[in-house]
Amino acid sequence: MREVSVWLGGRTVVDRVSASVAEGEWLALIGPNGAGKTTLLRAVARLVPFAGEIVLRGTPLRALSRAELSRLVAVVPQEPVTPPWMTVSEYVLLGRTPHLGPLAKEGRRDREAAARALERLDLVPLAERPLGTLSGGERQRAVVARALAQEAALVLLDEPTASLDIGHQQQALELLDALREESGLTLVAAMHDLTLAAQYADRMVLLETGRVVADGAPGDVLTEQALAAHYEATVDVVSVGDRIAIVPRRRGAPSATSRSS
Amino acid sequence: MSVAAERVGEVRARGLAPLWAAAALAFLLGSLVVGVLAGPIDLPARAVLESAAAHLRVPGFESSLTATEEAVLWEIRVPRVVLAALVGAMLALAGATYQGVFRNPLADPYLLGVAAGAGLGATVAIAYLPDGLRGQRMLPVAAFVGGTVAVVLTYAVGRSARRERDAATFVLAGVTVTAFFTALQTFVQQQNSETLQEVYAWILGNIPSTGWSDVVLVLPYLGVAAVVILALRRVVDVLALGDDEAASLGVDVRRVRLALVAAATLGTAAAVAVTGLIGFVGIIVPHTVRLLTGVGYRVLLPLSAVVGAGFLVLADVVARTALSPAEIPLGVVTAFFGAPFFALVLRTSRGGSA
Repeated sequence: MREVSVWLGGRTVVDRVSASVAEGEWLALIGPNGAGKTTLLRAVARLVPFAGEIVLRGTPLRALSRAELSRLVAVVPQEPVTPPWMTVSEYVLLGRTPHLGPLAKEGRRDREAAARALERLDLVPLAERPLGTLSGGERQRAVVARALAQEAALVLLDEPTASLDIGHQQQALELLDALREESGLTLVAAMHDLTLAAQYADRMVLLETGRVVADGAPGDVLTEQALAAHYEATVDVVSVGDRIAIVPRRRGAPSATSRSS
Repeated sequence: MSVAAERVGEVRARGLAPLWAAAALAFLLGSLVVGVLAGPIDLPARAVLESAAAHLRVPGFESSLTATEEAVLWEIRVPRVVLAALVGAMLALAGATYQGVFRNPLADPYLLGVAAGAGLGATVAIAYLPDGLRGQRMLPVAAFVGGTVAVVLTYAVGRSARRERDAATFVLAGVTVTAFFTALQTFVQQQNSETLQEVYAWILGNIPSTGWSDVVLVLPYLGVAAVVILALRRVVDVLALGDDEAASLGVDVRRVRLALVAAATLGTAAAVAVTGLIGFVGIIVPHTVRLLTGVGYRVLLPLSAVVGAGFLVLADVVARTALSPAEIPLGVVTAFFGAPFFALVLRTSRGGSA
């Protein structure tokens, strides 16, 4: 990704961002609200027009047809539309759309891919349930299953844990990490929970007002100074074993022992 | 993997439960029978069957009907029933398509201005064309042209919008064009108040007893529309996920939406041109089918067409027999049954279930 810019409504939302992600890597996009994380993901999925160049496995994004692109890139949106009458199997089968012509019906291969995705996400018992009857966590799994059925190499996730409790957040991220290892998926996820992001991501890109302000391993990006400067947050970055935790601190409270001291 | 392979047979979009398919077909068949048998001239079922068999050259059958009865059956009643079925199927199919494409449970086939445009076309034809030209020949043409022009205008207005060109933009453009054409239509009507009754009768809709000529007139349009919509019915389910997600699944949203809307509109304009503005079929039929079966669009679309055909045939039977020999405008009949039903739909449907 080189010099990617996106303008929305006359405002520069993503400003000359250059970044790259290796196959099989988990890249977390972090940054305060409005930093351009979602817009950058949408540019990679070619859902918004962009300037600059995005290259996928050597092919410029613009040279791909809509269907070709969707066979390479799957999207898990922050607030997916889940029609309440649609069953889980029907929904997951829709993930096969990029592999079908506009007039085609799903074949055996498509049903197999959907069956694997359902099984992998433990959705088999829920397969015939309408989406409207699922809990938030179950629905989230259905959305991931749809992306998995798409069999794309790159999966873009926008706040994949936004509406989940801490247990389900962990389960969702563990699952994504396991899928990444099994299927060699590349994950690019916009994330708000920095402590969780630090545990799962190989690399982090910190955005602020559309620009990359830091790019590197979680331990290098998540510093008290950086979070103060870009999130306007007063936090302690502490290490617990080999993990990093971000602990918010009330203004005026004394700094805890940070991991650097 | 092997477990997954065993489950393959089960992972599929819900097909049509045979029971519902049978029920829908039985409903249509029953409506057709009632439609053919009901009328001012009493035709016994047995004689009708014999006549049909004779027409199909089944050996050993001869029609026991008189020549007049034969003419009533084959030149008036059967074509009228066939026309009602075709128009009902088209309106229900177009309504379901609009509801899917615009993700709006209240969308009906007239959403983008077809009705207002056709109304203007018909009013102009009735008011200004000399009697000789008016009749059955020019009125449908004028209505068809008016309806098509209105929707093309809606599309142009929608495209010119500076905001994001999503489904809602086109709905707003449709509201705009409808208001404008309705104003023109009302103006023309007021200037020619002696034609008021004729215009009014047309707007309320009726199935004409014009023999086979109107069936032949609308059939090509309806055929093309139905083929396009039914071929794309799987994509309508994808569109239900919204423009962004449909695009991220590889669908060219604008092109598919244009094809679907163009097909639905063409079919609706052709239907409206010969029957006038029959309301409610496009809304109540798809909603009934959805409420009863809970299926996705790939099944909802064909099922709605079948049920819509049966519904309009029955509505037409009521329209022409309830106050016989006078005819009740068909739009009155469909709305009389449609409005209470629609209240029920509003009561039971939860938001976003289109």
